[in-house]
Amino acid sequence: MPKINDFVVRFANVNGTGSASANYLFAKSIFRMGIPVSPKNIFPSNIQGLPTWYEVRVSERGYLGRREGIDVMVSVNPQSMTEDIRSVLPGGYFIYDSTKPLHEEMIRADITYLGIPFMEKCNEEYTDPRLRQLFKNVMYVGALSALLKIEFDVLQQIIEEQFAGKLKVIAPNIKALQLGIDYVHQNFSYPLDVHLERRDLVGNQILTDGNSACGLGAVYAGATVCAWYPITPSTSVAEGFEMYAEKLRVDEDGKNNYAIVQAEDELAAIGMVIGANWNGARGFTATSGPGVSLMNEFLGLAYFAEIPSVLIDVQRTGPSTGMPTRTQQSDLTLAAYASHGDTKHPMIFPCTPLECFELTAASFDLADIAQTPVMVMTDLDLGMNDHMSAPFTWDDARVYNKGKIMSAEQLNEIGRYGRYLDVDDDGVGHRTIPGVHPTKGAFVARGTSRDEYAVYTEESPAYKRNMDRLTKKWETIKTLVPQPEVFQTKNNSNVGVIFFGTTSQSAVEAADMLTADGVVIDKLRLLAFPFGKAVVDFIAQHETIIVVEQNRDAQMRSLMITELNEDPKKFLSVLNYDGLPITADFIYRSITNQLNPTLATS
Amino acid sequence: MSYVRPQFRHPNLLKNEVGYTSKEYEGSLSTLCAGCGHDSIGAAIMQACFEMSIEPHRVAKMSGIGCSSKTPAYFLGKSHGFNSVHGRMPSVSTGAYLANRDLVYIGVSGDGDTASIGMGQFVHAVRRNLNMVYIVMNNGCYGLTKGQDSATADVGSKSKAGSVNQFEPIDLAGLVLELGGTFVGQSFSGDRSQLLPLIKAAIAHKGFAFLNVISPCVTFNNNVGSTKSYDYVREHVAATATVDFVPMMKTISADYAEGADAKVTMHDGSVIALKKLAKDWDPNNRLSAITALHNARTDGKVLTGLLYANETSNELHDILNTTPTPLNSLGQDVLCPGNEKLAEINNALR
Repeated sequence: MPKINDFVVRFANVNGTGSASANYLFAKSIFRMGIPVSPKNIFPSNIQGLPTWYEVRVSERGYLGRREGIDVMVSVNPQSMTEDIRSVLPGGYFIYDSTKPLHEEMIRADITYLGIPFMEKCNEEYTDPRLRQLFKNVMYVGALSALLKIEFDVLQQIIEEQFAGKLKVIAPNIKALQLGIDYVHQNFSYPLDVHLERRDLVGNQILTDGNSACGLGAVYAGATVCAWYPITPSTSVAEGFEMYAEKLRVDEDGKNNYAIVQAEDELAAIGMVIGANWNGARGFTATSGPGVSLMNEFLGLAYFAEIPSVLIDVQRTGPSTGMPTRTQQSDLTLAAYASHGDTKHPMIFPCTPLECFELTAASFDLADIAQTPVMVMTDLDLGMNDHMSAPFTWDDARVYNKGKIMSAEQLNEIGRYGRYLDVDDDGVGHRTIPGVHPTKGAFVARGTSRDEYAVYTEESPAYKRNMDRLTKKWETIKTLVPQPEVFQTKNNSNVGVIFFGTTSQSAVEAADMLTADGVVIDKLRLLAFPFGKAVVDFIAQHETIIVVEQNRDAQMRSLMITELNEDPKKFLSVLNYDGLPITADFIYRSITNQLNPTLATS
Repeated sequence: MSYVRPQFRHPNLLKNEVGYTSKEYEGSLSTLCAGCGHDSIGAAIMQACFEMSIEPHRVAKMSGIGCSSKTPAYFLGKSHGFNSVHGRMPSVSTGAYLANRDLVYIGVSGDGDTASIGMGQFVHAVRRNLNMVYIVMNNGCYGLTKGQDSATADVGSKSKAGSVNQFEPIDLAGLVLELGGTFVGQSFSGDRSQLLPLIKAAIAHKGFAFLNVISPCVTFNNNVGSTKSYDYVREHVAATATVDFVPMMKTISADYAEGADAKVTMHDGSVIALKKLAKDWDPNNRLSAITALHNARTDGKVLTGLLYANETSNELHDILNTTPTPLNSLGQDVLCPGNEKLAEINNALR
């Protein structure tokens, strides 16, 4: 049975050989043909030499989570060939460089081998060793385009856009493409039964990565200070901010309406963010788990001194250095309670590039309104891979909400100013920005105990009043954070599944698979911690809750049980923590296995 | 320490050019030990700001943790302050300065806060030429945790408990010179006549102005055998020059330079006039400053005065090419590119 617009292609490359742009060309061309596509880089912590894979899922039905099994493997890396052959589904295809013959042991009877002498052809065509390598990559895209029916015009246009203004580069790229196409035309029957057909399923969507979307969100939110320390997989957030700020935030005199500092470490990065926000600018940082570990001390200060800050945590596989280039959702408890003493921090969970943009922007408002650090929790999969997403939009009527900041006029109108007075009965005091007034509003911000007037004190009642007010503020925050997405208007099941961030695509697909089996479950996607009323209600309305997450210790489940005082017995878990994005197949199997006893009796 | 501060002030207290009396530069009552050198430095900061006619609310007081870092509460009570975490004042100050380049940033730190836990951030603030005054109240010991040796304690210096420090000290002034610091001074908390003009010059300096001020710990490190005691420092001071700070307005009448051997014109036009005491010393020459510092150390002396100043350097905002308007005062109209721009961005991603 032919597989039209429903398959997975995996490229096995050697890191640092320029395969990224060829692979991108492949994925983008499918996107341009109006077919939903989801590319994922599976790469090593290495600059050159180690195996790296690029996996592209094509899904007519619009499922964009990772799928198990490879239909077409494009092997250009002899290092990983044995493993690559093993990973192809029965009936699938193995495309390889036949310049050297395959060893007999590598032959499987249940897959089709398509040998193309990429190296030999490129050596004939090009003399420069680097060009041989680069055009070998383009050549396999050409071969694939013939085998999978990618429209040539689409490829040509993308190449022209990629090398806009470099006419000299365009022609040899097209030629390399043609080399691959010609070889397929002369040697194989084409297209394969696995192939593409143009559709109109993409609409006005965009294809971009979460990290640059977070950077763009920070630009739109009015962030002016970005302090960061390089760490995979978050580096491209700061780079994205810089790229968009250079385009959008330079004034007529060529001066920057922003400042970016590459800090000496993550401690300094968050320190700068706190200093900037204390001084009335919107500052943010981006990091990953190891950085959050280092930032703990400062996060406690910001919590206690009540200084807004935005931290984008692009999570990777821990603990310690873990697998730095693999994905996970394993910083949840770290981020939620970062720092010593009683501390709690709001977390936000975007799941698409559009949400990276919108929720990053919203986090600046939340941080300012609640006067506390806010963590935007993405992960390597969302941050560094391209995702199809609804386009970015901004409501021009939207006004930044900078929370309670006293102006000089307001200070004139009141008696004695008290930074930590709860005048509005919501646990949130009124800030002043340094320099605001000649005689009123000044205080010393500090991580030590103080009274309502910010005067240092070690009196127990004053300390306790302050801590209790912070608890009250936490209740206020529950009403301010983004509400969850509930997928059904009325509940259809006594089982509810809860997921968030990059588990979402696969969880929704898994639920559809279950429905096909006659198993109906209700779905809720979390967007924030602390949990608001809608989450509490959803949990209350179901006998069994299944939390799907990408860590070993069921961290989100723990947060729910702890924060909502729920019975642990009610909560099941689906846990993926191998460093690869979670798949629908995995969730489906896990839920089926866990619910089976129930199903048998119902 | 005294628990009550007299409230009486002379009714005709002198007002400065912005209409403030010195009283308006005071802070809350110090909780440091009576006689602590740190309070003298705080008093000099108040006097410098008063005499330079800096409005108190245009100053931001930055600190980390330790006895020294408590002092911002005791001066300039009408200024905002940030008593941050141990050794991290430089990063908080960097962020604050990025947000608003128009305030005067005065950071106070100690030898533990700077030379040990805060060394990493400190050196990077120097190399970024962060536009702030950074004063180390250096007493060679950890006062707040009861007198342990710090990284600036000299080899052979004896603590109150009688132990002798065996580890090499970190010479902060020398370090800042090596790192390319653009303003380096050294002084003694007991010498107001030198400290005051140095603080004024540090405030007038554009860039990172570093002052290492020996400030004896009266409780834990003022004993015989300590090289950071009042007696020891008084006996071993070697001044590079007598220092006089002449604010910009007065430089115009140019009557300051009488007897001065050297002068340094600050970025804002004010002048530090120096009467040199050491022949081989030049305040504009980094190498000679390093040499003089080494020679003094070999002789067991504490070299004080303005060691080095460079008034033509680029500070952090210059380097980052930031708008002259403080970033914290840019409005949404300037900051938010609007929906139309998103259409272009979206198109590029299709």
